[in-house]
Amino acid sequence: MIRWAIIFSLLLVFGTLRLSIEAALTEQHRSAYFHQARLGLDLREQIGQLGFLAALSGFRSLVADVAFIQAHVAWERTEWGRVLLLFREATTLQPRSVLFWDMAAWHMAWNASVAASHDPFLTNNALRHKAQDEYVALGKDFLERGIKNNPDRPQLYESLARLYKEKLNNHAAAARLFARAAALPSAPERDKRFAAYELSYLPGHEREAYEALRRLYDRGEHERLPTLCTRLKYLEQKLAIPLDERAF
Amino acid sequence: MPPTLPKKMKTANDLDGKKRRHASAKSVVNSFVVKHRPFSFLRIAAITGNTLTELVRLKVFYFLLIFALLLIANSLFMARLSFQQEFQVLKDVSLGAMSIFSSLLAIVATARLIPRDLEDRTIYSILAKPVPRHEYLMGKLAGVLLLLALSILAMSALFLVLLFVREHILVNETLRATASLRPEQIQEALHRLKASAFNANLFPGIVIIYLKAALLAALTLLISTFASSNIFTILVMVFVYFIGHLQATAREYWLQDHSGGWLVRAFLALVALAFPDLQLFNLVDDIVAGTAIPMTLFSQTAVLGCVYTSIYLFLAWVAFQGKEL
Repeated sequence: MIRWAIIFSLLLVFGTLRLSIEAALTEQHRSAYFHQARLGLDLREQIGQLGFLAALSGFRSLVADVAFIQAHVAWERTEWGRVLLLFREATTLQPRSVLFWDMAAWHMAWNASVAASHDPFLTNNALRHKAQDEYVALGKDFLERGIKNNPDRPQLYESLARLYKEKLNNHAAAARLFARAAALPSAPERDKRFAAYELSYLPGHEREAYEALRRLYDRGEHERLPTLCTRLKYLEQKLAIPLDERAF
Repeated sequence: MPPTLPKKMKTANDLDGKKRRHASAKSVVNSFVVKHRPFSFLRIAAITGNTLTELVRLKVFYFLLIFALLLIANSLFMARLSFQQEFQVLKDVSLGAMSIFSSLLAIVATARLIPRDLEDRTIYSILAKPVPRHEYLMGKLAGVLLLLALSILAMSALFLVLLFVREHILVNETLRATASLRPEQIQEALHRLKASAFNANLFPGIVIIYLKAALLAALTLLISTFASSNIFTILVMVFVYFIGHLQATAREYWLQDHSGGWLVRAFLALVALAFPDLQLFNLVDDIVAGTAIPMTLFSQTAVLGCVYTSIYLFLAWVAFQGKEL
């Protein structure tokens, strides 16, 4: 009996010694973007007791994958409500997966919104437009929450910029987001170009866009792509750039 | 008639022989006494080798077949998704299976070691020899750790081969599909494909899976020193596994939230102090999602895993030292 008391006391002493170390290590993990998932009671209701237990026991990403595959199947059946719920589960369980946020936003803002515009159950155009806007807003919400969870990755900034450009016709927001993506260390070269393109569509920002495009043009042959040349030529004409300074 | 030696001479020879034999026996005893050390790696290695052989004879490696089937089935099913989705699911399933198989193996293999030795009475013949109990425990645990290392190596090799094969197939498909594009665009497509397939951070993730299994093995050894049967040990360890994953939550509530009553706070404190924080060893979920693990963070987590294993082994020795066999 005394031996067990000694062992239990030693266990508690070890627990006390490691308490602050583990708390500090957990904080370091979180600042390196580990353990970001917040598993609350609302998720417990969505994924069921067994799924929640699995998620708590170290199989969070597996449960997230199952939700993602179910969402894929629901998409094939065009069950948009189910797609939305399953993607919410997948992204809550695995908030560091850029793919889940991106796919969720794409299904909502592109696929579901287009499907809503042809929905035979919606009796008039106003309702269809409303449904379409709601789906685009859902897609935007996914991307914004994805960026909050993954501020260090350029992909979601790019996707949100594309959504602003193609779905909301907001070139200012698109340019800002492409520029933010381009500023990240792992960003592809095209983000700078895309930020300049979007700027070139903005009234009042022609000079800024021209300078950005010209800088890219001067970097060499590899940057002289058809869209860049077209936009640069348009801006040279619009800004009446002297002939000897023009690229075209 | 053969010639016979005189009686006197025969006796003298006999006495000499006896003296010589006695002297040599004494020198053997002396040398044995001199050579016996309180701690010997050779003795531990012998117990380790026997434990490993014993576990391998139980055909525990059959689970690798299930692992391989799981991977192949998963790979075939996932071929209908895009390459990024396919790789993510493949990595999640593989590392998740690796984590559960290694944890299960650590618990089940360790739980039966001491009860089986007691049942077979092997423990009496080992401990009757000059083998200290701490060496016996160290040898047993090292055998399980070796088994876990071999299993994780085999699973990692299977997983990496499958990942490489799928990557190779998809690279060829991409090259065929993008033949008409500009070289930069082809390069970027290939770069994205390769980046989503293999990631060097997977290796530290696998090491952490191993350390978690080692921690569980040491804790199972501690429980089995006082458990009455291996079923009891396994059941206790299943509870420890679940509670260990919630330990961080209990600790945070205990340290930060002051709203609960003293009883709740005492319970949370007990959970935080008595159970290991297994959530700290769950890094693969985020590594698969592309999160890079800094070297310092990996080292600190690895050191914590080693400390846990050593402390539980020490406590197992304290428990086992005074145990009446």
